[in-house]
Amino acid sequence: MNVLLEVNHLTKQYRDIKAVEDLSFSVMEGDIYGFLGQNGAGKSTTIRMLLTLISPTAGEIKIFGLPLHENRHEILSQTGSIIERPDLYQYLTAYENLSLFARMSKIKVSRKLLMNQLEMVGLAERSQSKVRTFSQGMKQRLGIAVALVHDPKLIILDEPTNGLDPQGIADMRNLILRLSRQMGKTVIVSSHLLSEIEVIASRMIVIHKGKKIAEGVVQEMLDPANTLVQVETANNMNALKWLQETRWATAVIQGRHLQLSMNREDIPQLIRYLGEKGTDIVAVQPRHSLEAYFLSLTNNDTHVEPFAN
Amino acid sequence: MYHFIKLVTLFLFYSIASPAQDIETILEKARIKINQVNDYQASGKMKTNVAFLKVPVANITVYFKKPNKLKLKSEKGVSFIPKGAVSINMNSLLESDRFTIIDAGTEKINNVMMRVAKLLPLDDNSDVVLSTVYIDPSNFVICKAKTTTRENGTYELVMTYGKYIAYGLPDRIVFSFNTRDYKLPKGVTFDFDDGSEKKKPEDLKNKKGKAEIDFNSYIINKGVQDNIF
Amino acid sequence: MWSLLQIEMFKISRRPRTYIAFAAISAIVLIFQFAFKADGSSYMNLMLQSVQDSFELDRIKAINGYFMCYIILNTLLVQVPILVALIAGDAISGEANMGTLRLLLTKPVSRTQLLLVKFMASFIFTVALLLWMAVMALFLSMAIFGVDDMLIFRVSGEESQILQIGADDVLWRYFAAFGYAAIALTVIAALALLLSIYAENSIGPIIATVCIVIICTIVSNIGVPIIDKNVKPWLFTSYLVGWKGFFYIGTNADGQPIPGSLENWPAIRKSLFILIAHIVILLGISIAVFRKKDILS
Repeated sequence: MNVLLEVNHLTKQYRDIKAVEDLSFSVMEGDIYGFLGQNGAGKSTTIRMLLTLISPTAGEIKIFGLPLHENRHEILSQTGSIIERPDLYQYLTAYENLSLFARMSKIKVSRKLLMNQLEMVGLAERSQSKVRTFSQGMKQRLGIAVALVHDPKLIILDEPTNGLDPQGIADMRNLILRLSRQMGKTVIVSSHLLSEIEVIASRMIVIHKGKKIAEGVVQEMLDPANTLVQVETANNMNALKWLQETRWATAVIQGRHLQLSMNREDIPQLIRYLGEKGTDIVAVQPRHSLEAYFLSLTNNDTHVEPFAN
Repeated sequence: MYHFIKLVTLFLFYSIASPAQDIETILEKARIKINQVNDYQASGKMKTNVAFLKVPVANITVYFKKPNKLKLKSEKGVSFIPKGAVSINMNSLLESDRFTIIDAGTEKINNVMMRVAKLLPLDDNSDVVLSTVYIDPSNFVICKAKTTTRENGTYELVMTYGKYIAYGLPDRIVFSFNTRDYKLPKGVTFDFDDGSEKKKPEDLKNKKGKAEIDFNSYIINKGVQDNIF
Repeated sequence: MWSLLQIEMFKISRRPRTYIAFAAISAIVLIFQFAFKADGSSYMNLMLQSVQDSFELDRIKAINGYFMCYIILNTLLVQVPILVALIAGDAISGEANMGTLRLLLTKPVSRTQLLLVKFMASFIFTVALLLWMAVMALFLSMAIFGVDDMLIFRVSGEESQILQIGADDVLWRYFAAFGYAAIALTVIAALALLLSIYAENSIGPIIATVCIVIICTIVSNIGVPIIDKNVKPWLFTSYLVGWKGFFYIGTNADGQPIPGSLENWPAIRKSLFILIAHIVILLGISIAVFRKKDILS
């Protein structure tokens, strides 16, 4: 697989704030690449730099093997995007909006092409309605039509499920998967929810406060061997003592719980073991270490051991 | 050649007329001469010479009908007509029963010895305070008239005669009048100041304005519709 | 570029606010025409106040279509900058506010191109406004009031003047004046466009543009010699009324107007040059700023 997008030591500094710091990652052709980070982590800044909306303070971006800055037109003509909200001209119809952006993408625009595109996102019947009258979900779908109308190789979606109802979220997931699997597009999708990313992304990057925390194949990063298990027992101190004697789990006391780092498969063994030692278990909650870690970030710095990867 | 004929004619007239004629007789003769004209329509050009007025030469027509109807109209376009121009109607000046006439001797104008008469209106409420007329005693035509009014300052008329001298109608009238300083109301115009040095207008107050009318033709006693006035 | 301009014009044409300007102009013009048709001689009396005793004037002839247009433009061209700012001040900030700016700028179009297109669209809008003014204030007035010699009441230095322009010498002056006004208003458009880059809603740049115009106009007219000498020549607002220069007809030594002449063409030319310089500088700054701007909206 070819590297489609490559970012090296990307930094964006606003006066005294580093929004993005020394960020490097690469996206393979055909990937669905997840961009995970809490709000304000630097996802949007990075994505905007990929789309030339923000100019980097330092670092290099190459897309399709070409330096972005020097080949802006060529790269952007093969890129489609939705950034945050799919904002369009409220006073124009769906058809007019699509037509206008299609023409700006320098492709041959025909009525048939535009109507097909609207058909694809289920808006053909509303093609002559003003966008003002659309629901959030319809705007999102039109945004997708706009992002895809010029048949781009690379699609960048910044928080595409924001503001959508559950059905809309499911539709969006299916669309992203279809784009990648059936149409061979490369998709970069950002979210502040791991649950979003883990179901669709093949690879992902986690950033926090502008820095990369982790990057890799989602499957590997969500390896069950790195599971954090929260256990609540009748006597946590006793349980901790017993657990310190095992090799298959490391435990610490965290508030009212014990927090164990272990393989998910060993959970039955854990329950049996503590039972044998006469410790009553009140609750067991397994959580993947990445998710746990990510949650710890969003829950504002309750310290947890960093997951190993 | 023209000048020669003019001189000869003047000489002839001068010799016929008795220099001893009294002023009232001369005025009366002038009146009789003008009285031949019941009406006329004269076309000519009026050149207005007033400091604040930048207007082109206007083609005008003057209509007159006895006893004292007079109208000055521009043929086309817009024109500013000096109000006192109405006094180019000499008839009113010559109505002897309305004035006290004082003989003011003689004065030379353009080498012609004129008889000067001062006319004081009998009517105390008349706008005219005093008129001074200079009469060519050989042709019985008024060559110059100065009128002082209560309201509108002093007018001066200088008339030059030619083809229509027999009717006492001038070829050229130069009408001088006082005009007040023209001031636009403040803040009405936002004018473009091109940055050039503006000359300080000297003595704008009571500047003299001048209107010169050159007549090219008269249609005399052919009737003039009343509705013109 | 052409296709981009078409897109931009299409967007402008579909926005209701575009037509506010045209409606406003129509309303003002019609009110003027009605007022002057009903009682134009009062206005003439006001203008001729100080010389009414000395002169007679055919007021019906004097209040003709040409005269009307001048009176209307005199007032209207003071308001039109606001209308131009309404569109140009919205050009970038409006897109930022709607959220469409980021989508526009991720299209394979250079920012310079986009800004030039926005500028050209504002210019076309300005020209369209002026054409509409020509239709309403000039041609409609000509139809209602007829055509005759035109009187210009003017204050030149300390002196008030009345100029008379022959009926057949007027129309070209209007075309030239409208052309001049287009350039003068384009300065406003360029200023509003520049301010528009900095804002994320359109109210800010529109109000800022109007404020700048008002402040500069006040300074231009403050009449203090030190400002008149040192500041006024550099303010674009000093040249906004330069269109009137086309109606200041040249005169001969006797004070008679010379048909087809201008009193001070070099001054008009200089004004045009200064205005165009303003446009070039403002547009240059706009492009520089816009190219570097981080789009955070």
